[in-house]
Amino acid sequence: MNKVIIFAENFEGVFKKATFEAVSYGSRIVEQMGGGEVIAISLGEVADEELKSLGAYGATRVISLHNEAFNSLDAKIYAKTIADNVKKENAGLIIFTDSNASKAVAPRVAVRLHAGMVFGAYGLPSNLSPFTIPKKVFYGKAFTEVVIQSEVKVISLSQNSFGVVENKKDIVVENIDHTVDTDQIKTKILSVEKSTGKILLTDAEIVVSGGRGMKGPDKWKPLEDLAETLGAGLACTRPVSDEGWRPHTEHVGQTGKIIAPNLYLAFGISGAIQHLAGVSSSKVIVAVNTDKDAPIFSAADYGVVGDAATVLIGLNDALKKFKSEN
Amino acid sequence: MKILICISSVPDTTTKIKPTGDGKAIDLANVQWIINPWDELALTRVLELKEQPNSKIEKITVLTVGGRNAEPTIRKALAIGADDAIRVDTEPGDNYFTAFQIAQALKNYDYDIIICGIESSDYNGSSTGSMIAEMMDLPSVSSVSKLEIESDTVKMNREISGGFEVIEMPTPMVAIVQKGIAIEPRIPSMRGIMMARSKPLQVVESADVKPLTVFCSYTLPSPKAACKMVDAENMEELVNLLHNEAKII
Repeated sequence: MNKVIIFAENFEGVFKKATFEAVSYGSRIVEQMGGGEVIAISLGEVADEELKSLGAYGATRVISLHNEAFNSLDAKIYAKTIADNVKKENAGLIIFTDSNASKAVAPRVAVRLHAGMVFGAYGLPSNLSPFTIPKKVFYGKAFTEVVIQSEVKVISLSQNSFGVVENKKDIVVENIDHTVDTDQIKTKILSVEKSTGKILLTDAEIVVSGGRGMKGPDKWKPLEDLAETLGAGLACTRPVSDEGWRPHTEHVGQTGKIIAPNLYLAFGISGAIQHLAGVSSSKVIVAVNTDKDAPIFSAADYGVVGDAATVLIGLNDALKKFKSEN
Repeated sequence: MKILICISSVPDTTTKIKPTGDGKAIDLANVQWIINPWDELALTRVLELKEQPNSKIEKITVLTVGGRNAEPTIRKALAIGADDAIRVDTEPGDNYFTAFQIAQALKNYDYDIIICGIESSDYNGSSTGSMIAEMMDLPSVSSVSKLEIESDTVKMNREISGGFEVIEMPTPMVAIVQKGIAIEPRIPSMRGIMMARSKPLQVVESADVKPLTVFCSYTLPSPKAACKMVDAENMEELVNLLHNEAKII
């Protein structure tokens, strides 16, 4: 039987949209294959109710492995645990998201299983035999088709490239107390720093971003106001973070964060190729710039030629009006 | 303490990418080759650490998998300040192939820390560093945005969703580094370029292994429809378009 395993990463006991997307993706591939089993693997403490939520996207079984050691990520231990279970299930395809944990674990799982791996799969396989996966290269400047030649295959799915698709199935939860060789754990976590309450850039559906055209660190208030109206995450360009106008965590672009929100609003951003590399997967891009020839307009869906500060106020007012009427 | 940094030679980030006539490869004629940006930052960080008073770093080696044409890139890393270099003499294949070449080559050495960039700016594979660690049975930390060396451990910041963890790991280990590891990459000085010519560059024979994936065709993304311009005085119209046309709000 075709078996597809999805690594269901949790964040303090909760799954994120990317995991639901990976499960949706896995169950569609099983359909393409003519049927089979969609199994999720979860490591660490996750409540049964949360585990069962994966059934809404097509998973029929979730293997929930418990051990204190899973509360923090040790790449080697995670990889061994996942690979052992893949072998036990005799599954042919393992799907990860493109999260930081996936980058740490998926390649190790691939080595353990002698599996070919595609990181950043962009949508469904174009062919099942040979198994062919589309992927972006050069930060979206080109697409490629990658054939995985090995028997077992590992994929990490590019966020928002497939979408969350409901596909309700009855799901069985298997809770297992897993034994871990603790001598093997070499990752020692000394402390954790976390900002709370803010919308995370990589999770945000809408992102509001500012460039040097914002004219200074003291001019960010209207951008923050717009972000609040939209429930959006805040981002900036590299020069802005290098100048210290905004924190480095907000830098999106080739060397910063790569994001793929539904809506990206760029204010005072000229659209350098390195910046576009980080945002070109956004579904809709709105650009506001004083220079009508700025390269950002060739990447944008909607454009406004004008001063960022003035347009921000006008747009925020119009959005508030829209919200009160809808 | 000996440190090894894996260097990938990649097309300059401003390169205009186009497939070859048959669509089976990327046209790399006239491409300017550079050190992969994260690898360059990793080298910069390790040089900073080596220059600190009482530094324990004895040697910084850079390694690349590539043919003779990769030598200018590795020489540049020597000019920036690495002490010596290793070139595994084969064209890089997929991540598995490349990681295997590196893991095999390193069997004959004993590096305390192996550093890789989080991804290469060409094929965006994000896998080689972790694969090397698994093949060499070494512990690894990925998404490293800060790195310090203490007596026989490495102290790092690991980026997580919404923040970071401070992590300690004993050597030998593999660190996979990303933005934040160093601010600006160093550029080679004239003296550095002169000295690089006489620094040792060892060419190592490649291992016999087959890639597990094949990149078989390339296409350009379909051109975007023209940007629809909205008057700066008419933000109601923009909201209307986002709501009714783009259906995004």
